[in-house]
Amino acid sequence: MLKQTEGSKAVAEAIALCRPEVICAYPISPQTHIVEALGEMVKAGELAPCEFINVESEFAAMSVAIGSSAAGARSYTATASQGLLFMVEAVYNASGLGLPIVMTVANRAIGAPINIWNDHSDSLSQRDSGWMQLFAETNQEAVDLHIQAFRLAEELSMPVMVCMDGFILTHAFERVDIPSQEQVDAYLPPFDPRQVLDPKEPMSIGAMVGPEAFMEVKYLAHAKQMQALELIPQLAAEFKQQFGRDSGGLVRTYRAEDAETMIVAMGSVLGTIKDVVDDMREQGHKVGVLGIVSYRPFPLAQVREALVNCKRFLVLEKSLAVGMGGIVATDVRMAVSGTGLKGFTAIAGLGGRAIPKASLHKLFLEAEQENLEPVTFLDLDWDAVNKQLERERQNRHSGPIAENILYDKGISSAAKFG
Amino acid sequence: MFQIRIHGRGGQGVVTATEMLSVAAFEEGRHAQAFPSFGSERTGAPVVAFCRIDDKEIRLREPIMEPDALIIQDPTLLHQINVFAGLKPDGYVLLNSHHDFEALGLGDLVRDRGRQRMCTLPATELGLKHIGRPIPNVPLIAGFAALSDIIKLESVIKAINEKFSGKVAEGNIAAATEAYNLVKEQMKEHANA
Repeated sequence: MLKQTEGSKAVAEAIALCRPEVICAYPISPQTHIVEALGEMVKAGELAPCEFINVESEFAAMSVAIGSSAAGARSYTATASQGLLFMVEAVYNASGLGLPIVMTVANRAIGAPINIWNDHSDSLSQRDSGWMQLFAETNQEAVDLHIQAFRLAEELSMPVMVCMDGFILTHAFERVDIPSQEQVDAYLPPFDPRQVLDPKEPMSIGAMVGPEAFMEVKYLAHAKQMQALELIPQLAAEFKQQFGRDSGGLVRTYRAEDAETMIVAMGSVLGTIKDVVDDMREQGHKVGVLGIVSYRPFPLAQVREALVNCKRFLVLEKSLAVGMGGIVATDVRMAVSGTGLKGFTAIAGLGGRAIPKASLHKLFLEAEQENLEPVTFLDLDWDAVNKQLERERQNRHSGPIAENILYDKGISSAAKFG
Repeated sequence: MFQIRIHGRGGQGVVTATEMLSVAAFEEGRHAQAFPSFGSERTGAPVVAFCRIDDKEIRLREPIMEPDALIIQDPTLLHQINVFAGLKPDGYVLLNSHHDFEALGLGDLVRDRGRQRMCTLPATELGLKHIGRPIPNVPLIAGFAALSDIIKLESVIKAINEKFSGKVAEGNIAAATEAYNLVKEQMKEHANA
């Protein structure tokens, strides 16, 4: 049913339609509205049979999900930012044990400095955790990806993170088509676990594995993600057949046919990018877009195929590998290695910094002219940066950086050093 | 695309107002996107929220920097932040106050922009009268419907019925209807002046 609703509410409804049997979560902005709504549905008996378990931390949330999934229950949780970091040990255990948990990450920056706003640092910090990661462009896609995620996770017996931009999507009211229970039931069969803890047939899950077998277990985790490269497009095609919508898949292109400059990105910023590309196309610029839906597994072949005919590309990402540059860009560059393609990286939107059309327009024109540094920081306030660098040169006791920057920008009355 | 920015303070239902505007537009078969400015909202702190309305899918995710319409839920913000930043030359202004613009020191603004698209509305008083609470958001979105004709009063009423029920819904509908009529009367006076 078509409705105008909040992204978090829509995702909660989608999760309920997937008939989870255990939901365990600890609230953290901007994920809170999702689990609040699910908690209400369980309490009202609208979502049954399902146990909603209030836990004392994110570490407990993932630990409970591991237990319930191993016991054969379809298990769901959601988190963000510091919450994801707090559960990391259990995050690796979930994938290492091959448990098909689905988790929403309402993407938010990582502190310090503490910041509740959106970027992709949290899920990208779990790049190598063995979880699959799918990024939603809109709230409709967030709904659709969660339904596909349970299929994907349970077919491969591996966990999936569905990543949606915190606030920008989770708190946005927009038009969403919520499927019917019959549609979702037809697409998503009941959970039939590959491994299950059952007192009637006792066995263990989670053996200690020494050097003689560890590599094989790890290789098999990799092999499953390679299988996911085949399965994700199949699930998206089947989804389209059943629900009539293009959602998910590995990558999606926009106006890419004859593009000389390609813009690569993930998540909701793709919408703004497409609007800029439409404007530039009207002015005769041959610009196109490559949206990456599946960040893990990373679709090297599909990214290469989408970029191989352009002349240059720009990866715009909401993440930063400090001391290195782009995170997504590194993977994209690997995908096109040997082609001689010119690639640029733009770090944008960290900690919720707005990504305006005007800034993107200017950036894309510079990319088209190949007039960019290898790594660009979009809309960075160089005056503020240089002032602090100068302060550090002048004064050994230059004080805390965040407080200094806030003071220089007139945002707070934080103590000024030097 | 029509872009609305609402300024207010935490506790005045600023975010809810944009959400209800988006529901009203959706009820008319249009595309709409509402989103807050994502601050760490606290009661009384300045809050900004946004609503876009269009006849096609809205993909843009930037904050609204050049609004077609401004709704100001709290006149004390006029002394604190530049609420008019980026407002289009032919943009609409709806301000919650029982004073007129001149009495609020905004005579220059009226002179520059003309009265056709500017209005003040005693929305807090309407909230108190009909809902029993000093929440100006629903009267203001109904007043906006009257000022701009971008959405219909009946769509605002549908949005009220989706959000509230029983006595609260009735009170909000009464507040919305009176607000709508007050603004329409003012617009008529401005046109005849």
